[in-house]
Amino acid sequence: MSSKSINLTLKVWRQPGSKAAGRLETYQADNIPTDASFLEMLDIVNQRLTLAGKEPIAFDHDCREGICGMCGTVVNGRPHGPERETTLCQLHMRHFKDGDTVVIEPYRARAFPVIKDLVMDRSALDQIIMAGGFISVNTGQAAEANSLPVPKDKADLAMDAAACIGCGACIAACPNASAMLFTSAKISQFALLPQGRPEAAKRALAMVACMDGLGFGNCTNHKECEMECPKGISISNIARLNREFIKAALVSQEK
Amino acid sequence: MTWLYRTLSTSVGKKQLMAITGLLFLLFLCTHLLGNLSIYGGPTSFVSYAEHLHALGNLLVAAEVIMALALIIHVITAVVLFFENRAARPIAYNVDKSGGGRTFSSQTMPYTGLLILGFIGVHLATFSHHIVDQTTRNIFLIATDVFSHKGYLAIYLLGVIIVAFHVRHGLWSAFQTVGANHPKYMPFIQKLSIVFAVIVALGFGSLPLVVLSLR
Ligand code: FES
Repeated sequence: MSSKSINLTLKVWRQPGSKAAGRLETYQADNIPTDASFLEMLDIVNQRLTLAGKEPIAFDHDCREGICGMCGTVVNGRPHGPERETTLCQLHMRHFKDGDTVVIEPYRARAFPVIKDLVMDRSALDQIIMAGGFISVNTGQAAEANSLPVPKDKADLAMDAAACIGCGACIAACPNASAMLFTSAKISQFALLPQGRPEAAKRALAMVACMDGLGFGNCTNHKECEMECPKGISISNIARLNREFIKAALVSQEK
Repeated sequence: MTWLYRTLSTSVGKKQLMAITGLLFLLFLCTHLLGNLSIYGGPTSFVSYAEHLHALGNLLVAAEVIMALALIIHVITAVVLFFENRAARPIAYNVDKSGGGRTFSSQTMPYTGLLILGFIGVHLATFSHHIVDQTTRNIFLIATDVFSHKGYLAIYLLGVIIVAFHVRHGLWSAFQTVGANHPKYMPFIQKLSIVFAVIVALGFGSLPLVVLSLR
């Protein structure tokens, strides 16, 4: 397979530690095969930096197949780069042109402090999950499938919401650094299914309260989150969160 | 009642306050425009509309009190949201590009809102029956006086355009916030936002021109 290669100028956020000051450093990334993924491009740059005795660029990643949600930085002002519904690990260098300047920054949010370079502490999202992103049932034998009928359209909507990989791109994209799309996807995936209904009110109140306490901003319906979400999560989930929250606050027994 | 206070202080609660008061303002814009369109029937129909409106007495006072309360809630909540949202991103991006979600209207909401607040002040100071004496001059004569003044005319037209931009994001946004996002209606509501903004701009914007042409 013949592969083209391109030369890029990278401007990468370098920050030695969470307390240290950071700044954009410029690197020349020559001879990058266009078949490489964005993270592989960083691997190549890091190998060269290491061989030159320099500190490699720290960045987060795990599965590299678009399902774990660990990767994610802001590339030229866009979380996960310019391609729609594509995680950074699935973004390929063929989407860049020879001679491009690529600015790579961590997500910027008070709730996501930078640990090092492009690595952010996104555990705030885990805290939101721990506040109510689960159902309390005893595990055991799988229940007989037909004992709990789920309409196909509801199952599909729940699955769409459950596609969220928790990467945090919605927060990075939101001009207010709001975590509403993430939280709404987690609330929706349960609220849509009979198994999630018993705790729906408690869950909505607890997850919103937790989200608010973590320093995220407020949703003002810019819709940037939906545009940047690598899994195409729709803001109709945010409307569902709003409904679930209003219902829980005004008519449920939950306090 | 602590649960109510707690509910309204959450991020979703604050957005509900913005949306519900915003929807009230949209309703007000509709009645205000419909009423004032009576100018198209000539000065007598315009003056008669104003007299009938004032004849509502306490009903009108009640409406004014509700609007004033809604305004106070809308503005205070907006200020809180504005500062919270700024604090949520202490370090700005070096490069910040839109993925295609935000619009000029959505990004300028706090600023158009502030300008509208100023405009409401000027508008009430020049037209309200609480401030401007309407016993010696009827509303048509007052309007002619105000709009003949180039500066006021410019402020009014600018004000109307700013309101239109605010409404263009505010209308659909309010529906989304109260949870009314439905695949059957949302595309319509989003288009309605734009259409309503244009109606506001053209409808209110045309009023001074009609007034001046009837002078
Ligand atoms: S590394 Fe797992 S989604 Fe990108």
